[in-house]
Amino acid sequence: MELNDFIENFADQFDETDISEIQPDTEFHELDEWSSLTAMGIIAMVKTQYGKAITGKEIRGCSTVEDLFNLVAGK
Amino acid sequence: MNVYIKAISYYLPERTVTNEELLKEFPEWSVDKVAAKVGVDSRHLAADDETAGDMAERAARNLFREYNILPEEIDFLLLCTQSPDYFLPSTACMLQHRLGIPTSAGAFDYDLGCSGCVYGLAIAKGLIAAGVAHNVLLLTAETYNKYLHPSDKSNRSIFGDGAAACLISTEGFVRIGGFALGTDGSGAERLIVKTGASRHKRQTGLSVTDEEGHTWHDDYLYMNGGAIFNFTLDVVPTMVDQILEKHNMCKDDIDYYVFHQANKFMLNTIRKVCGIPKEKFYVNLSQTGNTVSSTVFIALKECLQSGKIQKGMKVMIAGFGVGLSWGGTVLEF
Repeated sequence: MELNDFIENFADQFDETDISEIQPDTEFHELDEWSSLTAMGIIAMVKTQYGKAITGKEIRGCSTVEDLFNLVAGK
Repeated sequence: MNVYIKAISYYLPERTVTNEELLKEFPEWSVDKVAAKVGVDSRHLAADDETAGDMAERAARNLFREYNILPEEIDFLLLCTQSPDYFLPSTACMLQHRLGIPTSAGAFDYDLGCSGCVYGLAIAKGLIAAGVAHNVLLLTAETYNKYLHPSDKSNRSIFGDGAAACLISTEGFVRIGGFALGTDGSGAERLIVKTGASRHKRQTGLSVTDEEGHTWHDDYLYMNGGAIFNFTLDVVPTMVDQILEKHNMCKDDIDYYVFHQANKFMLNTIRKVCGIPKEKFYVNLSQTGNTVSSTVFIALKECLQSGKIQKGMKVMIAGFGVGLSWGGTVLEF
């Protein structure tokens, strides 16, 4: 599992946020477009792309995109 | 023994609430984005004095009228609802009387949500195969909106009220196949109305913030969206395989898929995980929202009217949700 691929998949869940705005240290909860619906998109993406289940609680526990990557990689 | 669907109808309450109307209550809300994702533009709401029983009666009367069926022909009545008119008696018993169904008919309610349509078909098929009944009237009716907190914009945007009616018989135009069913009560609290019944009879007026940051009001419907989403993505693909196996079929043998219309985003994700092509998969809840146990019957009726489903087609249906509970079968038109 590659961080860059993960960032690409992560960025796919946004409509108005450009991928350039998303870096490993981006605090994704602070993004303007972030919402509970985006969180659903992330849960679905992790399930479909990586075959792993993460919860809304775990997403809330992550601060940066890299934290989220590490969470998924560690599953 | 072959058991068939003979008729399908539905009823939607008169009052509608559009996204524009919801937006007036939640001006900070990006309603267009939400609508694009969940796929609901407008939903019907039961009137204040209109119950699931009332709506079920209307759906049944629509069915009688559309198909020239007489109430006297019905010898069993099933009602699927989680918003019964009373704790007791069964709303189905009152509907027997209101609909003029003979007193020799059996009748009872069963308490399921989004899987309820499939379970109803399974019960009805069992009753007919065992010779207990010949013409089973299956009604599904739900007024979830009465369970929603006024500030719960997520669920208010998704759920619509409605009812459906289906006649299951020894003859008809759709042969009902074999069933794959499942239950996982460990997820009961993921989708729940906690107070009002026996466990917590009194309303508490309390609320907490859940693990996703949503407010969980004890006295209203609560859904943990992420948990329900994960549950669905876990069980539905397995269930699809089980149904296919039961019928000695592969995915290509199925001409069309009509799953519970939960919301557009979830349906599209399920479709991708299951590897079902877009053109074989029904998604249409823009004018009704998620009507819980009635979505599959409403969708089947729409597909018959629009010609998406035609004679000779094999259609897989599936329901999944509160319980947690799931089920599916193949219908041969």
